[in-house]
Amino acid sequence: MSEAIPYTVDIRPDTGLNNVKLGMWLFLASEVMLFGALFAGYILLRVGSEDWPAGNSILNVPLATLNTIVLITSSVTMVMSWASLLRKSFDKYRLYMGATVLLVVVFLVIKTIEYSAKFDHHLYPSTSTFLAIYFTLTALHGLHVIGGMAVNAYLWGPGAKMWRSAPEQFTNRVEAAGLFWHFVDLVWIFLFPVLYLL
Amino acid sequence: MGENHETTHSEEHHHQELGFWRTYVFSVDHKVIGIQYAVTGLSFLFFGFCLMLLMRWQLAYPGEPFPLIGKLLGDSRMPGGIMLPEFYNQLGAMHGTIMVFLGVVPLAVGGFGNFVLPLQIGAPDMAFPRLNMASYWSYFLGGVVMFLSFFVPGGAAQSGWTSYPPLSVIAESGQTVWLLGMVFLITSSLLGSVNFIVTVIQLRVEGLTFMRLPFFVWSQFVTAFLLLLAFPPLEAAAFMQLMDRVANTSFFMPAGLVVSGQLVEVSGGGSPLLWQHLFWFLAHPEVYVLILPALGIVAEVIANNTRKPLWGYKSMVYSVLFLAFMSFIVWAHHMFLTGMGTVMSAFFQTTTMIISIPSVVIITALLLSLWGGSIRFNTPMLFALAFLPMFGIGGLTGLPLGLAAADIHLHDTYYVIGHFHYVVAPGTIFALFAGIYYWYPKATGRKMSEFLGKLHFWPSLLFMNGIFLPMFIQGLAGVQRRLFDGGVSYAHAEPVLFLNKVMTHSAWGLAIAQLPFVINFFLSLKRGEKVGSNPWQATTIEWLAPSPPPHGNFANVPVAYRTPYEYSVPGQASDYHPQFEPDRRVAGPPDPGEPEAAPATA
Repeated sequence: MSEAIPYTVDIRPDTGLNNVKLGMWLFLASEVMLFGALFAGYILLRVGSEDWPAGNSILNVPLATLNTIVLITSSVTMVMSWASLLRKSFDKYRLYMGATVLLVVVFLVIKTIEYSAKFDHHLYPSTSTFLAIYFTLTALHGLHVIGGMAVNAYLWGPGAKMWRSAPEQFTNRVEAAGLFWHFVDLVWIFLFPVLYLL
Repeated sequence: MGENHETTHSEEHHHQELGFWRTYVFSVDHKVIGIQYAVTGLSFLFFGFCLMLLMRWQLAYPGEPFPLIGKLLGDSRMPGGIMLPEFYNQLGAMHGTIMVFLGVVPLAVGGFGNFVLPLQIGAPDMAFPRLNMASYWSYFLGGVVMFLSFFVPGGAAQSGWTSYPPLSVIAESGQTVWLLGMVFLITSSLLGSVNFIVTVIQLRVEGLTFMRLPFFVWSQFVTAFLLLLAFPPLEAAAFMQLMDRVANTSFFMPAGLVVSGQLVEVSGGGSPLLWQHLFWFLAHPEVYVLILPALGIVAEVIANNTRKPLWGYKSMVYSVLFLAFMSFIVWAHHMFLTGMGTVMSAFFQTTTMIISIPSVVIITALLLSLWGGSIRFNTPMLFALAFLPMFGIGGLTGLPLGLAAADIHLHDTYYVIGHFHYVVAPGTIFALFAGIYYWYPKATGRKMSEFLGKLHFWPSLLFMNGIFLPMFIQGLAGVQRRLFDGGVSYAHAEPVLFLNKVMTHSAWGLAIAQLPFVINFFLSLKRGEKVGSNPWQATTIEWLAPSPPPHGNFANVPVAYRTPYEYSVPGQASDYHPQFEPDRRVAGPPDPGEPEAAPATA
């Protein structure tokens, strides 16, 4: 059995981590640098600009507020789904994870409404640097949302079979997906005030 | 639960019967992936070298038709065999891109890192084998995209490997393909770096504490952090440039830009400098990504062939950590002439001077490691020894470039080209050759020929210097880089123009000098001397595994009993005392887990 890779499920005593969790934290560190670079770009462009518009004069703040609430709620249901697995309650896991996926769909629908309203008013990324950074940041965040949704939907649906064969590993997977999801949520928490309010 | 156990077992059985495709092509074994990386990387190095040969012909004989293959490249590139300036620019941009992102880094990190690192820490594989495979195939796709970009209308990217806007934004469609290729390559390096870091932290065998890691593992570990944290800003920048090109945004486009007498229609308000900041935030750490694995390889080869412990192992480790940290705050020394201001220049000049300290510490430690050793001058050692002065020249010639005042004269001249090529070509690439000769027996079970190895080494050393030394002279004389005619149209270049021919002929000589290597590489697969698990009588854990190691690497999980380089320990039966062997001293303390102080006093 020397082929099995150690610490994929159980925790290495001297580091206190399993491979998956450490890998996820490292991945998130690189994501911080990705979004950090875009935020840094935002600051540099804004500082160098003579007429930077106020976000709320162009963007729809009430819709974005609603979306913020939706995303934060989805983070809560994500934690609840993981906690349900820890308490061996698979049915509740299904319920909470299902709710998480549904909330993500709601977020994306609202985002689509926002985007199409902009296009209807002939506001495109090429219109101004503010809109360029708005579309780039929210689209990149949106891609992360879609990625997270795909993983969560998989863990809710076909991936959940693993609960029977390897419950501990499955719980770890949900935890790792949760870490990613909270990060996506956190990015939005930064995006919302920076783009819409400031 | 019993039922579930059975299903997982049968799955594992199914797993072991791997066909050809799963064993050699879509493999998850770190050794196969390492070899895939290495072979692909070497192929791209060769391809990038060929691009350079074309450029060098043009520089030595500007406007003259290229012999033999000139007419084969088509009228859009070389009508009548004479190179068009646009094609020269494509060659320049793609030579840089290919050598850095598709050649050296994949070979140094993907190849050596994947193959050697898990073996050196006694692991059965990387922590995430399937991510590892995804990393290789993402790299491969990136390479294919970059290669195909030569065939899109307008040809490949031609704005330099740095892709500075606004030029890159208004360039032909090849630039878009370049950006897409970069996204694949960045994804690949992200997957790889996460994997490397987790592997080092989690899969070290019992007894292998951080201060007992071979220096090669340290170098890969630190390199992985650089890749993990420095590449994402470039990815962000690549997205922004992609938006500028595809969605017509103005991240990097200032208002009122006039190109060929016409106002460019953009909303404006962007900053070309923003790209340079984001690009160099990656690309300076990237320089250390190119160097650190090479230092790791050289350290292994030098310790093994001097039959001595590395001098100052701990100071080397701390230096490498400090170097990595500093490499994130020196980037704008590439931008002294952008008008970013003297305060910024002063800051980045200071950090640049500081970062030279840990590099000098490492090189000095390697040099002092030679002192008093009974050196074996085999092929890997020759390449490793040549690395030291070559890298030294590259490093020391960098100091004037790091000083903002001296850089005014030297910026964007051939001096810069000479400087970083000394670091990467006779520096890193020599170290990579050392690594190939050193670990080839582990990968194949056979040694490469010593005679052909030396026939490869000596001419390569000569011709490398023949190419890059004259660049300093040209650069000091003020010859600019990226000139399509090699400086013919500039009066001040006149006295040093003859050097173009010296460099070009050296380049062709270097190409011929690689023939013994290619022959050796393939011939030794069949004809090489068969070796056992530890042909170099080395001390690190990879030499415990059979050559070549089977799937899963080790028959039993190894244990690390001591520090990595216990060579010539007094009182021992032989001049090497492997990390993986329990204590075999007749007299002395019986505790095998004793720290490194014990053998020295024994």
